[in-house]
Amino acid sequence: MKGFRPGKKTSLTLRIVVHVGAFLPLLWLFWAVPQGALGADPVKELIHFLGMGALRLLLLTLCVSPLAKALKFGLLVRLRRPLGLWCFVWASLHFVTWLALDLGFDWSLIGEELVTRTYIVVGFVALFLLLALAVTSIPKILRSMGKNWKKLHRTIYLIVVLASIHFWWSVKSGWIEPAIYLSLALFLLYLRRRTILPGLFTNEKLTDLKGSLQK
Amino acid sequence: MLIKKRVSHEIAENSVTPENIYLNRRSILKSFGIVTASGLAMPSQAGFLDNLLGGSASEVPQAPRKPLEYRPDKPTDLSLTPEPKVINHNNFYEFGTSKTDPAENSQHLKTEPWTLTIEGEVENPGVVDVWELMQQSNLEERIYRMRCVEAWSMVIPWLGLELNTLLKKFKPTSRAKYVAFETLYDPKQMPGQRSRHFGGGIAYPYVEGLRIDEAMHPLTILAVGLYGKTLPTQNGAPVRLVVPWKYGFKGIKSIVKIRLTEKQPPTSWNLLAPHEYGFYANVNPEVDHPRWSQASERFIGEGGPFSSTRQKTLMFNGYAEQVASLYSGMDLKKYY
Repeated sequence: MKGFRPGKKTSLTLRIVVHVGAFLPLLWLFWAVPQGALGADPVKELIHFLGMGALRLLLLTLCVSPLAKALKFGLLVRLRRPLGLWCFVWASLHFVTWLALDLGFDWSLIGEELVTRTYIVVGFVALFLLLALAVTSIPKILRSMGKNWKKLHRTIYLIVVLASIHFWWSVKSGWIEPAIYLSLALFLLYLRRRTILPGLFTNEKLTDLKGSLQK
Repeated sequence: MLIKKRVSHEIAENSVTPENIYLNRRSILKSFGIVTASGLAMPSQAGFLDNLLGGSASEVPQAPRKPLEYRPDKPTDLSLTPEPKVINHNNFYEFGTSKTDPAENSQHLKTEPWTLTIEGEVENPGVVDVWELMQQSNLEERIYRMRCVEAWSMVIPWLGLELNTLLKKFKPTSRAKYVAFETLYDPKQMPGQRSRHFGGGIAYPYVEGLRIDEAMHPLTILAVGLYGKTLPTQNGAPVRLVVPWKYGFKGIKSIVKIRLTEKQPPTSWNLLAPHEYGFYANVNPEVDHPRWSQASERFIGEGGPFSSTRQKTLMFNGYAEQVASLYSGMDLKKYY
């Protein structure tokens, strides 16, 4: 990228693109669903549409840091916050649509499904963690958390794996599309192996591991 | 004098929705003043009202359907799923996996001429011209509940004939214990058969099967039409199976072959995910799909796109009185 010197202006433009890009499809739904764009019974399709949007936004969020490094464009990390928050919005709408339109707020059924369906449990845990990340993105809370903020926000690595599995287990047939999303997620985690692995294996655990391997 | 005993799915005459209300549903909707929020002028008013009914998603011109002569079903208190919803919300993976794909991608399917081969354990194997069959049979209307394994349901006025009337003509032998069905295999016409991804990973041709007593049961029909006309391609034209007490995927579409067999035949969804979809696939609120509950369903009826209502799923989809005896002594959790 010769001559590409991204600065504050580019960063601002990109942020506007993120907001518009994440909001417009929701606006489109308001217009298109009554027109039948998602079929005669749009409930399932609508839930799927919102879920896929959330997953894509999640993957985009995880693309930001590696891209910022590769392009030597530090200000790009400012996109993480709007992307992550929009991901939370889409995921919440996905959840609420399921509660309201699929299960019709039948709380006993909702309770049963939340506990007994593995893919729903996985999705719900992912959403719950996203909620924690969204709440701690409020500037006041963010500042008060200090180092813990970074620790907490690394759970996004767990969230993206949970969300991909949730997608895989929810499809009726066909594994190609979920496999692509899971691979993308794992690739984005692979790029961060130096951050993630030491977290998973503390020095103590590594010594244990080495010890057990030598035996 | 013929004395007919009324069974539970047949309801008294006075509780039926008047036909004129049904036939005039569009003008009734219009009179409610349902208007678009966008205020755009629509090129086709009828199509637009279909859209409001949650109907046609696409502007793909629909292949013409012929009116059929038939004997109307006895009145029922079931409220029908509007025709636009019945023909725009389909699972027919040969034409794509989304609910609106079949209506968009199936219109070029060549359904005329169409023959149905009947072979296997029968004394007189043979070939049936389906369009002649439509002319020669005394078609009946059957208003049936349709329960999809995905936990949504409809009520559909099918036109067809009891499968047993056709099978008997070919004289099943004593070795005929099962009936196997096969959908057309024609990747040129069916894009889902060309691509594993597009076709949802199913090994085509789509195959289904019934036990012989299920196939001979008077509720089991070969449907050739719905709502007074021949079947739309997306609903399985020109001939499909309808077994109202089983999940919808048993209702194999666009059938070209029926084979009577001694052994239980393979079935497509069972081959794809044996722990999720069984051979029997009887509607049963007490046996859940491994990933979701089958205790209730969203009924797709009249009204806008979000008007579907959740209702309890009935044992054998409400046909227990007629079919439960077929399975007496069977562990329905094991034979799901």
